[in-house]
Amino acid sequence: MSQVIKIHPMEDFKERSRAVLNDPGQRKNFRGAMDFLQAKRRAQFPDQDELQGLRELGSQIRRYSLANLPRLLEQLEARLTANGIQVHWAQTPDEANAIALGIAQRVNAKSVIKGKSMVSEEVGFNHAMAAAGIEALESDMGEYIVQLAGEAPSHIIMPAIHKTKQEIARLFADEIPGVAYTEDVDALIRIGRKVLRRKFAEADIGLSGVNFCVAETGTLCLVENEGNGRMCTTVPKVHVAITGIEKVVDRLEHVPPLYSLLSRSATGQAVTTYFNLISGPRQPGEKDGPEEVHLILLDNGRTQAYADEELRETLKCIRCGACMNHCPVYARIGGHAYGTTYPGPIGAIISPHMLGLDATYPLAFASTLCGACVEVCPVKIPITDILVRLRNESQAKPESDEATLRGSGAGRTVTSTAVWNVWAQVYGRSGLYKLASWFMSRGRALSPSDQGAWTRSRTPLVPAPKRLRDLLKERKS
Amino acid sequence: MKASPNPTGAAEANARRSILARLRASAATAPLLQPDVKAWFDSHQRHEDNAQRVSRLRAALEAVKTEVHDTTAADWPDLVLRLVTAKGLRNLLIGTNTPHGAALEARRPANLELKRYAESIDSWRDVLFDEVDASLTLDKSAIAETGSLILWPTPTEPRLMSLVPSVHFVLLDVASIHADFYSAMTAEGWKERLPTNALLICGPSKTADIQQTLAYGAHGPRELVVLLRHADAVYPGAAS
Repeated sequence: MSQVIKIHPMEDFKERSRAVLNDPGQRKNFRGAMDFLQAKRRAQFPDQDELQGLRELGSQIRRYSLANLPRLLEQLEARLTANGIQVHWAQTPDEANAIALGIAQRVNAKSVIKGKSMVSEEVGFNHAMAAAGIEALESDMGEYIVQLAGEAPSHIIMPAIHKTKQEIARLFADEIPGVAYTEDVDALIRIGRKVLRRKFAEADIGLSGVNFCVAETGTLCLVENEGNGRMCTTVPKVHVAITGIEKVVDRLEHVPPLYSLLSRSATGQAVTTYFNLISGPRQPGEKDGPEEVHLILLDNGRTQAYADEELRETLKCIRCGACMNHCPVYARIGGHAYGTTYPGPIGAIISPHMLGLDATYPLAFASTLCGACVEVCPVKIPITDILVRLRNESQAKPESDEATLRGSGAGRTVTSTAVWNVWAQVYGRSGLYKLASWFMSRGRALSPSDQGAWTRSRTPLVPAPKRLRDLLKERKS
Repeated sequence: MKASPNPTGAAEANARRSILARLRASAATAPLLQPDVKAWFDSHQRHEDNAQRVSRLRAALEAVKTEVHDTTAADWPDLVLRLVTAKGLRNLLIGTNTPHGAALEARRPANLELKRYAESIDSWRDVLFDEVDASLTLDKSAIAETGSLILWPTPTEPRLMSLVPSVHFVLLDVASIHADFYSAMTAEGWKERLPTNALLICGPSKTADIQQTLAYGAHGPRELVVLLRHADAVYPGAAS
């Protein structure tokens, strides 16, 4: 099975986007999926007052958690340790993988069965395990499908959203021994279930993500529908959970509002099938459950976002995916075009901290700033404000006060700087503006027909024959 | 398993120090008040009686393909045995030394093997995965708002009983239904005494990962059967 992924997000962003835009099949898949998810979410929030009140509460809880993050992380660590869960800290993906590999090698693990974890995608976990000769198998149905196809997830909640059932039927028939082609979804799920059941029973380590870490009780909360998350965290002798440092909340009572917002915003369900609270490994006398539980806390750029009050809001995210489900850009280009682990609006604002703004700044421009994402975000992240901030950061003068992020100023070019300098001069002085606009309107016939990216899919820009001030003058006279 | 020296220990200690130092060095914001979760749930109370809670729970469970049956403390074992026969199940996994397990054993069912979860999973994992058709566990309580069953697995009824067998029967006393998740965790004092694993379950396992088509029976049970156990006195002749 091929293992993904080394990410070079921006090299081909525009090319990938164009390819999807010109592919009617993919356009249809995404449009259909987005319409479905939007309708499901809408049906879960019939009462606008309740929705707005709950969003405000969710936002307050996340903001409070972040304001107290260092204290809560220490408390979480102390409580987890007291409960028998081993806590590890990693600054980079490599460090996280080294920790996981250290655990795997100590217990002589040959295989890892994985529940859904975007952070494991973020660190390239499968690749790191494969390099050490350890099989890492995805068990979430969608993740299993994309792994079998040698692809990466195209959505954080529904990883195989870009595939039709016909494509999956073909994939299963080609890749799973003894499986005949069938488009019956129930039959396809039964096939996946059968293959993976054996793997749950045999795997040495179960890996999972975490939705919420509760500092007060030392509890890891996992949200899921399929039961694979429970399998991964219960059957193997060792459970390794991996998550970002921002996922902690202070109190257990902070969980119910966030859980409600998450399941309703993500897939339009009142609740998911399973909500799994893990507060320790198997105790003496217990007959199942893992003998060891580990938590890997990953930074990978999150502390950079944390350092700035405006960008810190990014870390409130509970990874529901509603922003991408409602994004007119995501709906048209899909998740793979972004080239980052997290696509869509949240991807555009979180990825710069993980990969550097130099590698990701075009994503901040791939937005109409329509604000649909801001309206649906269950924890009220001001996504469009942050997109504008990142656009500005990408044009900042390197080494200056305005450049605060890794890769700030990467979008700045000599030409664009010169153009904007001239623009600022002209628009800052009325005499100059008057003169320039006179020349523009009178010389409009000289406007070039090729205006670069603008004219690739639009008609050329031509100044009006008369300026506003000319029209007003005529009206007065 | 005995812990051996941690190969990444030094790097981890350094990472911990650096991460916490960076967070502490970051712009301090004005102190925020604790979010008032209690006020939110208080203001959204429905002030309903238990019968209304039962009916909301039932509707939420049935919406996700869960079979719900009313029964009584006296009649439920016979109901289970009838359902087991109707479903053609060969065996039923029960916990060890539970009153409800004993009630079933006392019936000495003829065509049903009662299996007990008596040993550590390590000694019979394959049997559980390959041979056990169904299980029965007692529910701790439930949540009317969302139709969630609350299970706290114990040494007598371990975690995998509600996960691996294809059919899961859950016995729920109707008096233990809370209005919402917050009420459940506060009334039961969860923050003082959470078990190693606590679960909220609503429906059989499911997925919509193939073209948004909902399919039940993903990795956990394919069927969830809830037995609502009413007190005999207030619910005469409930078994149906």
